[in-house]
Amino acid sequence: MAGQQKLQQARVLVIGAGGLGCPIMQYLVAAGVGHIGLADHDKVSLSNLHRQVLFGTEDIGYYKVDVVKQKMFSLNSDVNIRTWNERWTQQHCLQYFPDFDVIVDATDNFASRYLINDACVLLGKPLVFGAVSQFEGQVAVFNQLYADGSRSVNYRDLFPLPPANGEVLNCAEGGVLGVLPGTIGTLQATEAIKLITGIGTTLSNRLWNYTALTQDVFIMQLVANPLSLQHIPVSKEQFISTDYEWLCGYLQQGIKEIDALDWQEKFLDHLFVDIRESHELPRLDSFCSSLALEWMELPLSNLENNISHLIGKNVVFVCHAGVRSLVAADMLMKASPASAVFSLKGGVHGLVEKNLI
Amino acid sequence: MIEVMFFGQLTDGTGVSSVMIEEVANTDMLINLMKQHYPFLESSTYMVALNNTMVTENTIIRPGSKVAFMPPFSGG
Repeated sequence: MAGQQKLQQARVLVIGAGGLGCPIMQYLVAAGVGHIGLADHDKVSLSNLHRQVLFGTEDIGYYKVDVVKQKMFSLNSDVNIRTWNERWTQQHCLQYFPDFDVIVDATDNFASRYLINDACVLLGKPLVFGAVSQFEGQVAVFNQLYADGSRSVNYRDLFPLPPANGEVLNCAEGGVLGVLPGTIGTLQATEAIKLITGIGTTLSNRLWNYTALTQDVFIMQLVANPLSLQHIPVSKEQFISTDYEWLCGYLQQGIKEIDALDWQEKFLDHLFVDIRESHELPRLDSFCSSLALEWMELPLSNLENNISHLIGKNVVFVCHAGVRSLVAADMLMKASPASAVFSLKGGVHGLVEKNLI
Repeated sequence: MIEVMFFGQLTDGTGVSSVMIEEVANTDMLINLMKQHYPFLESSTYMVALNNTMVTENTIIRPGSKVAFMPPFSGG
């Protein structure tokens, strides 16, 4: 099939209709990509205009996706564009990713980036990644399927966990050179078109880093990182129960996660606190007595009022999937800075999966 | 000598985009040395590349190598 036909039949989902999304949409539509999905819950504001070049002052207050769709129609009325003007969630990924061949991350925050990356790995979709920081930009193609059935690395291979909240400034806080997202978005459109048509060599297993101040380009070869697998949800259920907003706000502020083996080797002498609610199964009575653990049940909903029972103690928190236990660990670390506090990675679900329960 | 390069907002902390340092045996030692020199790196998120290839475990550094510290970018 000729390249133009492939483009006409392609289905591309662009998440984010801001600085990156504008040029991506322009070039995908101009190239004749037949079916495009576009998601963004934001409305156009004055502070967007210096870098989100599809918008004018008359568009302020309107949903970005509506404005983009209208302008794209005048560029190429044959393109079929579907839009979502709501915040993109796990449910959206599970419901709509199967309808698309290529996913393009044009978002502006880590919660969305980790959400989209994990969904692409879980659902087997290639991901065109692009991001900017003040005067620099990054582009890569993640999770691309090769002929031998293997896939290229994904974002979690580079950065298994998001940085702490506030560590990396976003565009609104840090400022960004207005033309920069145009450069990076254009590169992302290029990669999407290469993925669709099969021409050239994509940026899979490579990170393309650009510094506008010097025009230096630095390309690094990426390799699989064993830590990546520990953090990507392996099932739809685990994916849905992962709170990405929270993960990107709290993790890595000194909260220590341990896996089940580490815990059984080194930390069985720590108080083991099950913070699941009383209806959640399986209960841990027989498991804990078989290990002769010092343990207690203290649902997260009551933890704050009862935290005094744990002051000064060394504690391993457990919940169903290892997410709420991070919240608990955060609470106790603040209340009792001298305690050694851990969160059991994967939670009870992980223990069951490893046949430890 | 070894060239150590910094990207993104790491340069806000280092004040420079690259430094030349004396030979260091491996990447773990180099990362520790940089953390001593730039304490903010203790609480920063970044990946490390040796001669343009990402490293996930301690790796020997040959003289004349380039080591890059690359943080994640979130903006769009």
